[in-house]
Amino acid sequence: MSVDFGAAHVVVRRGGLSARLHLRTLVACLALTAALAAAAIVALSLGDLPLSPAEVVTALFGADDGFAGTVVREWRLPRTTAAVLFGLALGVSGAVLQTLTANPLASPDVVGISSGSYAGGLVVIVLLGGGFTATAMGSLIGGLATAIAVYLLAYRRGVQGFRLIIVGIGLGAMLSALSTYLLLRARVEVAMTATAWGAGSLTPVGWPQLLPAAAVIAAALILLVVLSRPLHQLELGDDASHALGVAVERSRLALLVCAVALTAVVTAAAGPIAFVSLAAPQIARRLTGGAGISLAAAGLVGALLLTVSDTVAQHALPVPFPVGVVTVVIGGCYLVWLLVREARRTA
Amino acid sequence: MTPSPARLRADAISAGYDNATILDGLSIDVLDGSFTVIVGPNACGKSTLLRALTRLLPATDGHVLLDGRAIASYRPKEIARELGLLPQSSIAPDAITVADLVARGRYPHQGVLRRWSPEDEAAVAAAMAATEITDLSGRRVDALSGGQRQRVWVAMALAQQASILLLDEPTTFLDIAHQIDLMELFTDLHRTGTTIVAVLHDLNQASRYATHLVAMKDGHIVAQGEPAAVVTADLVEEVFGLPCVVYPDPVTGTPAVAPIGRARVPSPTAGATR
Repeated sequence: MSVDFGAAHVVVRRGGLSARLHLRTLVACLALTAALAAAAIVALSLGDLPLSPAEVVTALFGADDGFAGTVVREWRLPRTTAAVLFGLALGVSGAVLQTLTANPLASPDVVGISSGSYAGGLVVIVLLGGGFTATAMGSLIGGLATAIAVYLLAYRRGVQGFRLIIVGIGLGAMLSALSTYLLLRARVEVAMTATAWGAGSLTPVGWPQLLPAAAVIAAALILLVVLSRPLHQLELGDDASHALGVAVERSRLALLVCAVALTAVVTAAAGPIAFVSLAAPQIARRLTGGAGISLAAAGLVGALLLTVSDTVAQHALPVPFPVGVVTVVIGGCYLVWLLVREARRTA
Repeated sequence: MTPSPARLRADAISAGYDNATILDGLSIDVLDGSFTVIVGPNACGKSTLLRALTRLLPATDGHVLLDGRAIASYRPKEIARELGLLPQSSIAPDAITVADLVARGRYPHQGVLRRWSPEDEAAVAAAMAATEITDLSGRRVDALSGGQRQRVWVAMALAQQASILLLDEPTTFLDIAHQIDLMELFTDLHRTGTTIVAVLHDLNQASRYATHLVAMKDGHIVAQGEPAAVVTADLVEEVFGLPCVVYPDPVTGTPAVAPIGRARVPSPTAGATR
């Protein structure tokens, strides 16, 4: 007996493996992957030594041992990989939080988790003078502590979406103030480094920062492959998901930790990059047209957004800007639009 | 241990919220194959009991036993394969279609790799057929009427294929026609072997459809048994504080309740049993 789901689905069954995939989501993911590959190749081709896409591809696959190979693989690839990977992480992180709270505004950058990660990292840099690992740990702890604080402060017999946003924005503002205070207390050269980091830039990212970040992102994404089922089940409300066999509190905590870790690790490596985790899930939702947010689609949109934004930040403007500035400008407009829409709907 | 006729039973359980204890040492056997209906005034603990039976609200004292084993020791999915619950409030995700929502009921039977087996498909199709929503299967849930939507939620609980189904005020927001429609559906389910436990407000419907009626007040069971034995004017007055006349339902002969209300005298022609 085959079931009509109202939209085309692809059913895959092989051995003990079976899955049902929403066709439009599948197509959207494939198209996004193609667009992402194209954007990455363009990003790799631009710079002081302009290359053709063909030269980039040749260099990528190691068939070019000359200067172009070095330029692509050693100089440009870390940055582009970072854009793809961090965009992926931010998109997925936002999708998880927005699904958990059933609110399109609840992204880590809006509810203060990015600010918390930044403040956490700053504490380590300014007060303890830590290196990358220590800073990353500081960011992670800062992000998690902020997430828990927001959750507890917004909790009143369950967490209602809009209260969470308001509390998050408030707490985020306080944490930004703390960060400013920390910067004022810091030595000049430390403050300068920290400020550059605080704008959100992929410039300082090389392989040494990228690899540990990639490991954390990979671990979180693998966990999320398992946790995506309880995540979508949680959309039905706590009672229904509990009745269907979801360990509600445990799943929610694990999902929250994954989402925060994804944002925090990106913040640790590149500083707070706004907008991507806010917009990517919503763009993905409109592209896929199904129920709920596909984590894969949200991640791919995030990767595409960040790669394109970074290319714009580096090459399209007269002076190279940190990518965070570009995403903030686009994101600010988007956030205002979302807030207005959300306020109307709640009123 | 002698085999109990009740796979699901509560043994002297206490449960409540924050510091308020609502159930205090309550015991109940959910008889296998019964259509048990729990009635009682607001805040008497009937929903709390239902929540405690499904571990939604952990008992602070005593045990809820399923097949002789404390439900606290089960894994969540394990319970969900045996016990289904239709909660009072569930959320349909935006833009979800009927079949998609019903398919969510298969969660306890699925895993990371096994996400949509032929059994899942058959169970979803059967659940939609049983609730007569197969025609709606591709429609969006948010475009349905209240009655249709409730059927979709019931179908989701059916797709779970639990042998015991608990229903928390399943008819509350429906008009009378849809209420009866749904109660008849539950009766059909009961006839096909599902044990049903429902919390209901309407005493006449409870008496009509229940095989076993449980009346609760202040966290205790006041009376239980066949509706004809339980629903008397004295009991209704004791439990609800409502003076009434109990008469045989003209259609089914089961007890029906007519409240007396203020300053009205029961008519001697009504066949009163008061």
